[in-house]
Amino acid sequence: MMKGLKKWRLFSLLAVMTVFLSACGEDYITTLKPTGAVGKEQFNLLLFSIAIMALVTIVVSVLYLYAFMKARRSKLGEDYMPKQVEGSHTLEVIWTVIPIVLLLILAVPTLISTYKLADVRAMDEVDEEGNKTALTVNVTAKLYWWEFEYPEQGIVTAQELVVPTGEKVYFNLKAADVKHSFWIPAVGGKMDTNVENVNKFYLQFDEESEGLEQGVFYGKCAELCGPSHALMDFKVKVLDRDGFDNWVAAMQATEGQTASADSADVGEQTFANSCLMCHAVSGVGTTGAMGPNLTTFGDRNRVAGVLEHTKENLEQWIDDPETIKPGNLMTGKYGELSDEEISAVADYIMGLSIEE
Amino acid sequence: MSSAAVSNKKGFGATLWDYLTTVDHKKLGVMYLFAGTLFFAIAGFEALLMRLQLMIPNSDFVSAGTFNELLTMHGTTMLFLAATPLLFGFMNAIVPLQIGARDVAFPFLNSLGFWLFFLGAIFLHLSFFLGGAPDAGWTNYASLAIYSPGHGIDFYVLGLQISGAGTLISGINFIVTIITMRAPGMTFMRMPLFTWTSLISSALILFAFPPLTVGLFLMLVDRMFGANFFDHTMGGNTVIWEHLFWIFGHPEVYILVLPAFGLFSEIIPVFARKRLFGYSSMVFATILIGFLGFMVWAHHMFTTGLGATANAIFAVATMAIAVPTGMKVFNWIMTIWGGSVKVTVPMLYALGFIPSFVAGGVTGVMQAAAPLDYQLHDSYFIVAHFHYVIVGGIVTAIFGSMHFYWPIMFNRALSERLGVWTFWIFFIGFHCTFFIQHFLGLMGMPRRVFTYQANQGWDLFNFISSIGAILMAIGVILLVINIILSAKSKPLNCRDYWGDGRSLEWAIKTPVPFYNFKQTPLVRGYDPYWLEKHDGNEEGMIYAEPLGDIHMPNNSILPLIMSIGTFVAAFGALYHPDGDKPWAIPVLILGLAITVGAMIVRSVKDDHGFHVHVEEVIATEEELYGKGGNK
Repeated sequence: MMKGLKKWRLFSLLAVMTVFLSACGEDYITTLKPTGAVGKEQFNLLLFSIAIMALVTIVVSVLYLYAFMKARRSKLGEDYMPKQVEGSHTLEVIWTVIPIVLLLILAVPTLISTYKLADVRAMDEVDEEGNKTALTVNVTAKLYWWEFEYPEQGIVTAQELVVPTGEKVYFNLKAADVKHSFWIPAVGGKMDTNVENVNKFYLQFDEESEGLEQGVFYGKCAELCGPSHALMDFKVKVLDRDGFDNWVAAMQATEGQTASADSADVGEQTFANSCLMCHAVSGVGTTGAMGPNLTTFGDRNRVAGVLEHTKENLEQWIDDPETIKPGNLMTGKYGELSDEEISAVADYIMGLSIEE
Repeated sequence: MSSAAVSNKKGFGATLWDYLTTVDHKKLGVMYLFAGTLFFAIAGFEALLMRLQLMIPNSDFVSAGTFNELLTMHGTTMLFLAATPLLFGFMNAIVPLQIGARDVAFPFLNSLGFWLFFLGAIFLHLSFFLGGAPDAGWTNYASLAIYSPGHGIDFYVLGLQISGAGTLISGINFIVTIITMRAPGMTFMRMPLFTWTSLISSALILFAFPPLTVGLFLMLVDRMFGANFFDHTMGGNTVIWEHLFWIFGHPEVYILVLPAFGLFSEIIPVFARKRLFGYSSMVFATILIGFLGFMVWAHHMFTTGLGATANAIFAVATMAIAVPTGMKVFNWIMTIWGGSVKVTVPMLYALGFIPSFVAGGVTGVMQAAAPLDYQLHDSYFIVAHFHYVIVGGIVTAIFGSMHFYWPIMFNRALSERLGVWTFWIFFIGFHCTFFIQHFLGLMGMPRRVFTYQANQGWDLFNFISSIGAILMAIGVILLVINIILSAKSKPLNCRDYWGDGRSLEWAIKTPVPFYNFKQTPLVRGYDPYWLEKHDGNEEGMIYAEPLGDIHMPNNSILPLIMSIGTFVAAFGALYHPDGDKPWAIPVLILGLAITVGAMIVRSVKDDHGFHVHVEEVIATEEELYGKGGNK
């Protein structure tokens, strides 16, 4: 009997543990296994506030259940007449003061973090040569895709943010059309991209993304922005400092790269005629493109932010973007392409790469 | 006309006409209740469709565009057109009885408030059939709203403008009623808690709805005439909309939850057979919550980029609200403490409410911590939080109060057995749907997504959440069945149905005559009916006046005509920007002319009401309660 009870206990404990562990989510998207100082600070605040709130909930629940169990009429008898109590000043004071104390305790780390996470003064610091010391990325959110400009490096990319480990990376956030919100859950909290002003904040990336299931962290749009809001994903590739410098150099080396309409390759030819107006294939440039920069398309993790990175999906996307991302701004911009042209241009785009 | 409430031999046409023209607070309460239930069912159905879509990843059950319409209409309908009218239903039906009044202060306006709300709601829902519903979320953030094609947003703006005017009118009416129409002896500190919370909630309406009206008006002229208030390329600013919306939007939460608190403060003492613990601190807490409710709107905008100082101030202010709310919870628990608790269906809802609401409250405090909110904001965590507050706090209050007050409102009782089933199915479904969503949010799932890719660790929890939604739907269907069955049950014809009624509304025998109390009661203390009952007064109350003629207001069709005028005008305003509809401006003018015309008629025509003479009162009482009347 006791043995059976113990087994049952063990089983329920295991069940709870399983749920709890599965409740932590996937490394590349969950806020519960944060990487980087910002996410960790927010996670610690989460644990701290949960601890206080769990205490409150438990105390209230115990009081409530005790009061209820003792006061059931089925136990006391139908005719029991309780004493009509008006109230108690002592109790009122107790349950006013204790919550105030608990909230003050919570307010201290809240206020410290609020100011700390909003401190972006280092963005403007320069070394003796007048170069900015901190890495800054200008993020522009556009209807269902993301543009990342590195102003100091003179390069621009889209859909896949590339950042180095071990330093604060500063962001200038803005939306080009409607309001969006920039969120990398596993790295830190979000910040809105407004249409009328630039928001600034920073994140820190401590862990290289290579070890993750797909080699990238997931980024999300967190503000309703139209039909394809749910599909407005981006990815974050975190490299060590050397890897990042190499990536920047490789991007800079693509200066002047373009597609030629006279090319013998049907794919490049089609690209030049139908796509180049909006999509650049050189990583050197500034923000403000009509469509995502495709210089590193071959190295990316997804097609259109959500589809698996295969040629078939790319063909499907080029053939009919509306079925994949309703409301996108690419539909109808480039006329009808034949199946051969689509296949060739997909080959060409998949071949755009700066990694060996 | 004078014995309209007694006659039950009327034909369908006469009954319909009676309801279209009535100014009786009890009938308007019933109308609010049924209109609210209708829109609750519609919005619940929309929620169910969304949960079915999200049951599995990459589902194509509903399209992306439709999903955005569903989420917008679900939120808008639930808050403006379901929760608000349902609570107004109880306020109408119960508050005048609780304070011993014949009716509300402005019966005509009461009717106008209802019809404006109802026609505004109908107008908004017509969008589904006229080219698409609004799709920018119930918050209708300006940049997306202006970008949204079609007329969906216009329906939102005009529909809410009309129904919001109705809400504002009703709010003013209740403030005046509660301040001026209390029976002799009913001092402020003897008012039942539901009357108190209705008063504070009405005061919040008075201050919170004007910012919304302004915001909607700016949005309207932006869309109608290209005024560019919110177009940043022309010097406008969309963050202003966020401020205007939330200066209204946050108090709106308290507008709804305070009457819910009040309802529970009525239910718990009755079934604990014990005086509400700490009455004066409950009143104080209500006022404080109402006041602080206006100081915290920017906590909805922590990630908008207002800066560290603004975030810090609003974080601390938000945390402060937890203190008076906590006071209330402890007072409810202490009311139960040492009482004699009978677990009826209304009490079951109250018992379920306390832990659910505490859970919703503590997650609210977590989100008040601004840096933590950067992670939680616009994720499924916030979805879980506000559904814990709204379903756990407001919907449970409404369902519980339906059971509680059905005898007074309809002279019928809802089935306890079916009610217990409803409660458990709905309650389990509710926790199953929303508890798990906290984790979905922490696992990185943004809200308002029409679908999600597989293998992000969200599949199982979304599936569980959808199962819970189905349970909730079953619960609501059972409640509707219960309501239908009650219509066929026997009339109760009794006083104090639950046996332990405390406030004045229980002192009156059901069915309640159209003039309420035949003589205005005299209130000798808090819980007047309980006092009289335990002093051995079998009539349930003592009277402040001798039996005399009763002055009552006349019915009127004018409120409906005024509301129809605004309804017609709204179509003109809606189609004017198309440019190819020359009838738009004439329709706008016609609609406004109808409204203004009805107003002129109302102003010019003297309407002094009518008197019910003593003999008629006695005859009515005998017809209702048999010989001897209300003894």
